[in-house]
Amino acid sequence: MIETITDQKVAAGEKADQYVAEFERQKRTDTKSPSWLAPLRRAAFTSFSEFGFPTLQDEDWRFTNVAPILKLPFRPVSTHSRDGLTLETLNQFPFTGLRGSRLIFVNGHFSPELSVIQPQPKGVVIASLAAELMNGHGALEQHLARHARTAGNAFTALNTAFFHDGAFIYVPAGMTVESPVHLLFVSTATETGATAHPRNLIVAERGSALTLLESYVRVTDAATFTNTVTEFVLGENAHVEHCKFQDESTDAYHIAALHMQLGRSANFISHSIATGAKLSRNNITTILDGEGIECVLNGLYLTRGDQLADHHMVVEHVQPRCNSHEYFNGILDGRSKGVFHGRILVRPDAQKTDAKQTNKNLLLSDDATADTKPQLEIYADDVKCTHGATIGQLNEQSIFYLRARGIGLEKARRMLIHAFAGEIIDRIRCEPLREEMDKLVWERLEQSEVVAVGH
Amino acid sequence: MKLLNQPILEIKDLHAGVEGKKILQGVNLVIRPGEVHAIMGPNGSGKSTLAAILAGREGYDVTAGEVLYEGKDLLELDPEIRAREGVFLAFQYPVEIPGVNSTYFLKAALNEVRKHRGLTELDAVEFLALVKEKMKILALREDFLKRPVNEGFSGGEKKRNEIFQMAVLEPKLAVLDETDSGLDIDALRIVAEGVNKLKHADNAQLVITHYQRLLDYIIPDFVHVLADGRIARTGDRKLALELEEKGYDWLLKHELASA
Ligand SMILES: Nc1ncnc2c1ncn2[C@@H]1O[C@H](COP(=O)(O)OP(=O)(O)OP(=O)(O)O)[C@@H](O)[C@H]1O
Ligand SMILES: [Mg+2]
Repeated sequence: MIETITDQKVAAGEKADQYVAEFERQKRTDTKSPSWLAPLRRAAFTSFSEFGFPTLQDEDWRFTNVAPILKLPFRPVSTHSRDGLTLETLNQFPFTGLRGSRLIFVNGHFSPELSVIQPQPKGVVIASLAAELMNGHGALEQHLARHARTAGNAFTALNTAFFHDGAFIYVPAGMTVESPVHLLFVSTATETGATAHPRNLIVAERGSALTLLESYVRVTDAATFTNTVTEFVLGENAHVEHCKFQDESTDAYHIAALHMQLGRSANFISHSIATGAKLSRNNITTILDGEGIECVLNGLYLTRGDQLADHHMVVEHVQPRCNSHEYFNGILDGRSKGVFHGRILVRPDAQKTDAKQTNKNLLLSDDATADTKPQLEIYADDVKCTHGATIGQLNEQSIFYLRARGIGLEKARRMLIHAFAGEIIDRIRCEPLREEMDKLVWERLEQSEVVAVGH
Repeated sequence: MKLLNQPILEIKDLHAGVEGKKILQGVNLVIRPGEVHAIMGPNGSGKSTLAAILAGREGYDVTAGEVLYEGKDLLELDPEIRAREGVFLAFQYPVEIPGVNSTYFLKAALNEVRKHRGLTELDAVEFLALVKEKMKILALREDFLKRPVNEGFSGGEKKRNEIFQMAVLEPKLAVLDETDSGLDIDALRIVAEGVNKLKHADNAQLVITHYQRLLDYIIPDFVHVLADGRIARTGDRKLALELEEKGYDWLLKHELASA
């Protein structure tokens, strides 16, 4: 890290000028975007300027202080460079051995030379968003930046105003993308405040199927900022499995919005695995806007040191007979902090809703903390909504049982932590993905010294 | 160094309690290779406490006395070391461990024990072959091993699983804490026969029970009655029959009178 404290003294006003200047600069240089995009960007930027960043006074940001992000210099990485990233380095990242297409983004910019896109049936699009904006794919104007809300959501607004690239995936009606698609976002920046705004749009039309993995990794340990937005639009009876793996530098900041617009009888399952970043926040919003939708949202966060991992969820039941289930487990070590907020909103028409939410936190040290806040808001009368939250330590009786069979204390603790993580990982349906994720989490636990120290 | 006919276990004047509460108040017991000992005694007399102290559970304060295992100070060893050295506790209440697969758990345990004994670790194939043999002894179904440790097992299945683990780990000293309770008549016979098959001239068993019935199958060489934190009486298997008939009250009054 080259930057020093001086950056933190930047006054709010001065910082605002930085954003305006950057926005104007981008407007001048961006000559390739379609004309419909400019008003969306402008509206988003206006919204961002109006509301500004959230503070701890904001009900939705009570436990997560984003002030350190504001203190970073605003340095959007505006050009693509491979930045010396070799295939060899790339192939060391998790999940790069998976069969299937992979799109590589370096500091938010698509890298065609590092990406592999498998031949797909006619009509299926797996491509860079920037490229498709130039090609003028019809689904873009209809869906891009039309679903994830920017009003009152500074980070999504910022992303909409500033994004350069990301992935665009389009699966036409009735089609299946056989192998999982991997979007790999690599941060190579060494400058403090280097910012990427990846933007992904995934449209799965009626009766289509797709498995998508988004992973965020780094080669450096800089205090970078990733502000990503992924929008999903699922048509009737579309089946999508989504997995997000966030493993950024423990000095980095990571804000992600994940928005799902789900149609009738759609089946959507998402897993958010967070191990990296100094501060990470996932804003997950789902609108169940058709009858008979199945939506499962899972999450697992593993933190140590002074990391903070925040998952903030809003599941909105608009139509009858939908199921939404959320399972989130946190494993917190050191002085780290886990935050979970799950809001379930059942609109008056959403009769026969079945909504379930659990958040379990395992504290591995005395200084780790977990904040969990369920929020049920129900305006229909014939619904089943439950929630549960626990915060606890490893079970001493279980540890003793394992030790009494000859298994050492360290290993016993790891086995139990791994089992706790397994509650989430086991829900990943795509087998190669599940197996690698399981191995990965086990390796992380093996490396964790604090686990080894025990008590 | 191993002395000829050295006891496997020697408990000398053991005093122990928990949170200031005195539970054991001078227990003496010697167990030699090839012997089967039974401990009986009223509820709350400290039988499980004794078993837990032998296995190394934390939370008990040993205030006096000592425990030698093959001549070594047992109490200073960590529970896992005791297990690797050959001490096995069949729990009165086996713990459910969701998410930990039974096969994985048992293979890890066996290999720890084998490593400690200077044997090579077993690979998956070798382990499975061994386990299949041992499962026959306990008449266990194979899907048992695919499930998480004890999770959703019935009370009887859990007890059977304890003895199955004992069969795999081949301990030198097995302490069975009320393994018979919760077993139906057929299961009791299967488990008892299993325990008998595992007995040989070099190992020993300490069987805690409330019921003489178990001792019809597992024939003890000695029966001890634990009461008021002490071994109040030691006899042969006829003592168990006598207790069944007359109850602890009779015995304790009798002891008092003769004291
Ligand atoms: N952790 C503990 N805290 C407080 N008291 C305890 C604890 N463990 C055991 N005790 C007490 O010590 C006494 C002996 O308990 P123990 O479980 O050893 O009895 P037991 O002989 O095995 O009884 P049972 O036949 O019912 O199994 C009991 O009064 C019990 O309540
Ligand atoms: Mg007991």
